[in-house]
Amino acid sequence: MDIYSEIILDHYKHPHNHGRLVGATNTATVYNPICGDAITLDARIDECGRIQEVRFESKGCAISTASMSMLTDIAQGKEKKDLELMKQEDIQGMLGVDLSPSRIKCALLGQEALIRAFEPHI
Amino acid sequence: MMNNIKKQFPLFERHPDLVYLDNAATTQTPHCVSSAMDDYYTSYRANIHRGIYGISEQASAAYENVRTLVADFLGVSDSSQIIFTRGTTESINLVARGYAEKFLKPGDEVLVSALEHHANFVPWYEVCKNTGATLRVIPLLDDLHLDLESYKAMLSEKVKLVCVGAISNVTGTVNDISFIVEQAHKYGAKVLVDGAQAVAHQVCDLQKWDVDFFAFSGHKMYGPTGVGALYGKRELLENMNPLLYGGGMVVRVSEDEITYKDVPTRFEGGTPPIAEVIGLGASIQFLKDFSIDSIIEHERSLTACAHTALQGIEGLTLFHPSGGSGILAFNIEGVHPHDIASIVNNKNIAIRAGHHCAQPLHQHLRVSATARMSIGVYNTKDDIDALVSALDEVKKKFL
Repeated sequence: MDIYSEIILDHYKHPHNHGRLVGATNTATVYNPICGDAITLDARIDECGRIQEVRFESKGCAISTASMSMLTDIAQGKEKKDLELMKQEDIQGMLGVDLSPSRIKCALLGQEALIRAFEPHI
Repeated sequence: MMNNIKKQFPLFERHPDLVYLDNAATTQTPHCVSSAMDDYYTSYRANIHRGIYGISEQASAAYENVRTLVADFLGVSDSSQIIFTRGTTESINLVARGYAEKFLKPGDEVLVSALEHHANFVPWYEVCKNTGATLRVIPLLDDLHLDLESYKAMLSEKVKLVCVGAISNVTGTVNDISFIVEQAHKYGAKVLVDGAQAVAHQVCDLQKWDVDFFAFSGHKMYGPTGVGALYGKRELLENMNPLLYGGGMVVRVSEDEITYKDVPTRFEGGTPPIAEVIGLGASIQFLKDFSIDSIIEHERSLTACAHTALQGIEGLTLFHPSGGSGILAFNIEGVHPHDIASIVNNKNIAIRAGHHCAQPLHQHLRVSATARMSIGVYNTKDDIDALVSALDEVKKKFL
């Protein structure tokens, strides 16, 4: 199965919610040490701990970028526990392709960025 | 002679269509290496340097014979200067922890190059942190060679150690080891060479180079995983501490006094990887049977072909100096290296993508990752052609 579907390539070439977020309350940068990928995610999280808005910048492969892009589309209103409950299969299903063990790590980087954004550091 | 070489590697019988271009990560195993190890396991398996019985003596002799083979292969006259380790990383750590950490003090300097693999960078970072010595990095020129003028200017009486790779595991840059050693010795600095990418691809004449330490692994020279060696000049090894204390490396142990064995046995505490050492011996014999000169010539012509072919691809940035070894890194505009490796994998082509354990080098190159092809003795021009046409498909998919 070709993991480079039209939809993945489209998200890679034109990622949604791309760039830095003015007025962000939280920021997280995550790395994939195997391939040197990095995602910086800005989020505006409200007093109730819900994501109001996110934007990201990344140096990553098609899979990690598309996964992050798709996740930003569904991030609004999510709490930390919603994101933690997302399973590997959910992310794979969202991407719509079967990934090998070495590529699944790329797909999960975006979820890690969203969860880490809840850690208090700015 | 080079045409039939693939037949000696059973893996290619199982995977006849595999185009294996990840030899800088690890090389494949020829039948003679696995059968030498099998022979030990099935005919004379015993621990070494212990038993009085026949097969133990046979195993000890086979193990020690490899020490002589390694010494001979590297142009070393006294084989007691060869220490078996688990690989390059352990060899370098042995020098870092057992030698450098013992002598370095605040104000001293250690030089490493911008080309280094983490194995020859991280141990020195740690040693400098622990001793208060300063770690300095020899810069890279735009042509991907080390800036040897800067290197000369960095040298002083404060520099105690210079640690460089013989060949870069990313760009294939071949360093001028003789020159680096000659300059360092003017100031009394010792030189450690990481030979992991060199042993199977160029002549390594350690005594001619006059290096003080040399580290390499078996698994990048058609030998088994889990084994490698460290060469050190005798007088330096005499002053180096072991990493591992225990059985096999002591002469006499009482409750209040311990005497250690001589170099090199002092550094080989515990039961060593006996089968792997024997396999390493077989891999050296394998390289000698082909003659290292014909291997060099074969790989040189394939490298030149790959360099030209990759350079001809529009949108491809090549990180490989002219005259470089058979390791070529590249990027394609608009495509992440990980995706390049994934797509060529669909065509049964194995290349590597990432930072190749050389993050400081990638920072110098101002890229987060690269794709890398690396040549071995069994590769052919067809393999290069297959990669080049697969890269065309990569571009079609993304552009």
